[in-house]
Amino acid sequence: MSRTVTVAWWAAVAAGVVIAPFYLDAVWLQDGLFAMAAAIGAIGLNLLTGATGQLSMGHAFFLAVGAFGYVYFASSPSPDGEFGGLGLPTPLAAVLAVLLAGAAGGLFSPIAGRLKGAYLGIATLALIYIGHFVMTNATPVTGGHNGRPVPPMELFGFAFTDTPEPLVIAGVPFGALERLWFLGAAALLGAGLFARGVLRGRPGRAMNTIRDHEIAAGVMGVPVTRYRAGVFVLSSMYGGLAGVLIALVFRQTVPDYFSLILALSYLAMIIIGGLGSVAGAVIGAFFVSMLPALFTRYSDALPLVAPTGQEGIGAAEAAQILYGLAVVVVVLFLPGGLFGLFTRARLHLARRTPAAPPAKPSLTPTPEARNG
Amino acid sequence: MSTFIELLVSGISVGAVYALIALGFVVIFKATEVVNFAHASLLLVGGFVVAKTHPLVGFWPALLLGVAGAAALGALIEFVVIRRANVVSHSVLAIVTIGVDLILVTELTRRIGTDVLALGDPWGSQVLRLGSVNIPVTRIAALVAAGVVITAFLLAFKYTSWGIAMRATAEDAETAALMGVRRGRVSMGAWAVAGALAAVAALFMCVFPTPGLDRNVTAAAMKAFPAAILGGLDSTTGALAGGFVIGITESLVGGYQEELAFLGRGLGDVAPFLVMVVVLLIRPAGLFGTKELARV
Repeated sequence: MSRTVTVAWWAAVAAGVVIAPFYLDAVWLQDGLFAMAAAIGAIGLNLLTGATGQLSMGHAFFLAVGAFGYVYFASSPSPDGEFGGLGLPTPLAAVLAVLLAGAAGGLFSPIAGRLKGAYLGIATLALIYIGHFVMTNATPVTGGHNGRPVPPMELFGFAFTDTPEPLVIAGVPFGALERLWFLGAAALLGAGLFARGVLRGRPGRAMNTIRDHEIAAGVMGVPVTRYRAGVFVLSSMYGGLAGVLIALVFRQTVPDYFSLILALSYLAMIIIGGLGSVAGAVIGAFFVSMLPALFTRYSDALPLVAPTGQEGIGAAEAAQILYGLAVVVVVLFLPGGLFGLFTRARLHLARRTPAAPPAKPSLTPTPEARNG
Repeated sequence: MSTFIELLVSGISVGAVYALIALGFVVIFKATEVVNFAHASLLLVGGFVVAKTHPLVGFWPALLLGVAGAAALGALIEFVVIRRANVVSHSVLAIVTIGVDLILVTELTRRIGTDVLALGDPWGSQVLRLGSVNIPVTRIAALVAAGVVITAFLLAFKYTSWGIAMRATAEDAETAALMGVRRGRVSMGAWAVAGALAAVAALFMCVFPTPGLDRNVTAAAMKAFPAAILGGLDSTTGALAGGFVIGITESLVGGYQEELAFLGRGLGDVAPFLVMVVVLLIRPAGLFGTKELARV
């Protein structure tokens, strides 16, 4: 029975994703795309922080590496020689950008492998500041303070842009956002499945053991340092992929976007969604990235939130306060995050249907709830 | 040469302020094993209270209020959040403090807006001249005040029963609890002390030559994190050393940025973090941190 339910769930989600571009406005599509990109980044961070217990506050840096790497690899050098570029085919540029982010993570691995937990958190703070410094100074590569335009993706002759002949499907013009929507969904699916494979297999068990008891992991033959460094590299590659996607949606990369606030919001995502699982990261990413958009659009209707340009708590601030609060509340009252809540509800229902055992409220999550 | 001395003095004085912040950070870590990312917001609260109350009650009472306010906020965070969070991993607690920080900083920066608030300190923009060397009086005041506060803290840490309880908890929390040390009280005390130290630091981060309290103060306070970690998160000596290293580095790199211009603009802001990375490469536990050993 649970198998059919799972299949039905997946079918519903897939149908929703396919139908969405036909009904949603461009603004919502854009927000949705950002949420997808954020979900990819959050999955990566969840592998590192949730599954392995390594705190990273530098995730925004790897997003930046991915975004600027893509721009540099894909652009042609500007005629006045101010900006450089390699002019590579865009899919190749995207792959190289992800690898570059991985390499950047690898460079940090002497630190990432040896430090643990919150110690690593502060050390990775350095990445944000160093990254910002490099981005604003390496003008030929990054475009300096104002950033650079992003060349649109082109896959087997199919360009993800508005400009060539308007493609109309079922009466809906398919512009850049609609096309990118499917690219983003495919990337998210791939990223999610891969991470799930990692978590459910041998590496995932090793990572969880390192998180739960480092010494026990070492005794059982898990190379702790190598695993930590490896997961750090993997998570930075996820960050890089998210960065590429964000660059494609934004069409302009700006150094200031990749700030400490962005890195903190990724941490908020995985906590709110649920630590250590792919679904948790995705739920958290959608929650955190859609919240400001929802607040901005409905600020007139919401109590306590002032409309844009008026005195009081603005929409962006309200969203930030709310997700800060959500982090605190989730840790205090909802161990396992929103996803944990969902699994617990499902287990509760499943237990109730075969007519019987009195539901005993348990304080500790059951093994099923934890692994679900 | 006189530029060098000016920069060095300013670096030492800024370093003393960083040391104050880092010390609070270390105290919290020792007592509760939580890395407190909400530290910048404690600082902001302290500064904000001073800025808002000094026109009403005068500077010194305002400073007292600021210190008390930040200490109370620290204790409140401990009491409401940290004590109740029932989690296994301390990384998760660190992320909770990030949540707290987000809430407080967003609200305070909203209230501050684009203003630059004066703190009403008595030193103003006076400058002390020693030969060809000009030193702002505020820098000397910062050094003296930080020195007094740090000494008082270290003495209390060593000799009072509160300090002994705190050190015992840091050494072995369970045994300390069995000996009758009240852990809740110890950790709340640690948070309050950290808040008070942060408020004093806030005062000196916002006086001349900086224009005043504005929304960027938290960014400046971020530099105390490398100070704490490069000295070693569990070492009070380390916090002091780290603070001075960061302060002097920042001041010298910032002061000679014309000469260092080939490396790029804004190097002064990154230098503390570069120093931290280099130190961590050589000594992963920080300069004075205890290397973690475990018995199996």
